Amino acid sequence: MSSPVYIVGVGVITAIGNNVAENLAAFDRGEAGMGDITMLNTNHAGVLPVAEVKLSNEELADLAGLPPHLSRTKTLSLVAAREALLDAAIPNFSELRTGFVSANTVGGMDKSEDFFVDFLNNNDKGKLRNVFDHECGSMTEVVANELGISDYLTTISTACSSSANAIFYGARLIKNDMLDVVIAGGVDALAKFTLNGFNTLMILDKQFCRPFDDTREGLNLGEGAGYVVLVSERVAKTLNNPPYCALSGYNNSNDAYHQTASSPDGTGSYLAMQGALTKAGLQPRDIDYINLHGTGTPNNDSAEGTAIKRLFGPAYPPMSSTKSFTGHTLGASGGVEAVFSVLAIKHGLIYPNLRFKTQMHELPFSPETEFLKNQPIKNVLSNSFGFGGNCTSLIFSAV
Amino acid sequence: MKLYIKSAAAISAQNTFSKGPFLADLTEYTGTRLNTIEPDYKEFLDPKLARRMSRVIKMGVAAAMQCLRDAEVSNPGAIITGTALGCQEDTITFLERIIELEEQMLPPTAFIQSTHNTVAAQIALMLKCHNYNSTFVHKGISFESALLDAVMLLKEGDANDVLVGGIEEMTDTAFKILTRLGLYKRWPISNLDLFKAKSKGTLGGEGAAFFVLTDKPSDDNMAELVATRTHFNAAGKLDIESKIKTLLTDFSLTVEDIDLVITGKNGDIKNDAVYEILDQSLFADTSKAYFKHLSGEYATSVSFGLWLASNIIKKQTVPVVVADGEISNTSPKKILLYNHYQNTYHSLTLLSAC
Repeated sequence: MSSPVYIVGVGVITAIGNNVAENLAAFDRGEAGMGDITMLNTNHAGVLPVAEVKLSNEELADLAGLPPHLSRTKTLSLVAAREALLDAAIPNFSELRTGFVSANTVGGMDKSEDFFVDFLNNNDKGKLRNVFDHECGSMTEVVANELGISDYLTTISTACSSSANAIFYGARLIKNDMLDVVIAGGVDALAKFTLNGFNTLMILDKQFCRPFDDTREGLNLGEGAGYVVLVSERVAKTLNNPPYCALSGYNNSNDAYHQTASSPDGTGSYLAMQGALTKAGLQPRDIDYINLHGTGTPNNDSAEGTAIKRLFGPAYPPMSSTKSFTGHTLGASGGVEAVFSVLAIKHGLIYPNLRFKTQMHELPFSPETEFLKNQPIKNVLSNSFGFGGNCTSLIFSAV
Repeated sequence: MKLYIKSAAAISAQNTFSKGPFLADLTEYTGTRLNTIEPDYKEFLDPKLARRMSRVIKMGVAAAMQCLRDAEVSNPGAIITGTALGCQEDTITFLERIIELEEQMLPPTAFIQSTHNTVAAQIALMLKCHNYNSTFVHKGISFESALLDAVMLLKEGDANDVLVGGIEEMTDTAFKILTRLGLYKRWPISNLDLFKAKSKGTLGGEGAAFFVLTDKPSDDNMAELVATRTHFNAAGKLDIESKIKTLLTDFSLTVEDIDLVITGKNGDIKNDAVYEILDQSLFADTSKAYFKHLSGEYATSVSFGLWLASNIIKKQTVPVVVADGEISNTSPKKILLYNHYQNTYHSLTLLSAC
């Protein structure tokens, strides 16, 4: 079961870019993706900043090559998954055992919201085409069909850790010799449902979020999709390009503290990071960069920071929250940040944590604020923690 | 490595949760929808907590707790659930309030409990279980995906005593929408006559079934879980007969070795035609059973099928009510559970006496 799984392709779409190159360019410019709401039809427009993908539903559908009336979740997913698959350039793809493991939290909710407006007035009304495909799994199915993947597909939904779990479930399908190639990651489109949900919890910042800053007041919601292409060693050897890296460690632990809040000492986060290190056979000192979950809520950053202090202290690797650029893309965040982690290894990058000014009073460390290039980066730890105490950490390692 | 089903607990439209006789005391429903017979939750949940919980959370938590008690497991190595629509009731409640209250002053509880992983999370919270915890949400193979995850965890040696469950609740709203989509029969019938009707549509259902899986042999285990596989019918090209033969061959079996095939027939003529092709060919001489007249149809109803299969093997008896034709061997040792969901996802689960 210790056979390695390699990452040979990446694809991403977020508020800072519609593909990998645009996302990297935005990091270079230090340009965040948040702003006033322009796409989503909500009363919170102009009040709550979000990180929208800067394309209308029609433009996105056009980019994806899908009909214009589909859920934004599907089009975002297809754009990023297709980029990852093309990037991998696997010559005999159709002859291999292939899988698609995707994640999301609210499926086709953007369309269901339209349906319910009419349905609530009259239960015989509401366009059924806006609701029949609501299920999370339908998002995955549409994209798998477009990519020609049929040997195995499934969908995971563990709140904000969803796509990190999808990635390592995909790796395990390869390790168990069920599949040769898996595209894995996740997607979420902005929806009134989630915007209002997080708003009721009073964890949305009316300003741009300030992860790991002592003055942080909450998160900004984002949207997007991120996927990696995982392959077995046998497949990796047949490719023209060397793999980006290996997925060397992973762990899913539960905080078992509260349905939405993290425990003060970050028990789940600690166990996930520690478990991933054990799986990878690494020590904390081997980690060269931590891509933080770093939502910018007082609770998350305090719990995550405390867990890092317990596990890494007193020697802390550089770390940052790329959510300061992309917002919190919920079910997509683990996939999006996996792509950033892989690129960190490939290009020797450490991303800046935007808008950081004041070190958190309870922590002896602060995040990196400069975009650092040409860094010697061998091992990257990526954290994704969610509601329900679902905590997952992944470790990517240079090969 | 051999894997076993150590315990199974189901809350369903039948009296499956109490320790009564095995599907002898049947509940008849007339209509197009079967609701679960819910237990007294006091035994499993603090009533103060339970009041805030939707039915799917209560059903899921209670079935999980009973399953763990039966297996004498206090801290499972993993908690994995499968559900296509998750916490429907809370999702719909929150969605309706957004519209009615025009996004202002919304209460948070429904949103908090709306995420698909709520049941798995609540089980972890109640047990203070920090182990692996995941939720699969892939339409008609949500439960099978969870089951495969459990199998892999055991084979990888990363967990023992894995708790895995299939859950789904039917709400009035979903029932109305699914009826408009044509899933159910157009007129009321008795569920016990479901397979006599020969018409379009099925009966809506819901339920929660949990299992503890282990790699440790024991006389107390219910059945050996030999294999579980899913097949996606891309572009209608799936040859399920050859997939079944492959599965049997992989375990050095022939169709003659299968004592009972439990199918996912649901009374919808189009749905059942897929099974009837095999009734005439591969399974022409095999004893057959069905279960969806007892549970109703829902995306994770195959978990009720697995509860049935595990109990048939453990108790070595086939309840009369599930017989689809003549049962030649009433104490089956090998059972194949074959289900498909809208002919898009097919799943095969093979069980054997320990």
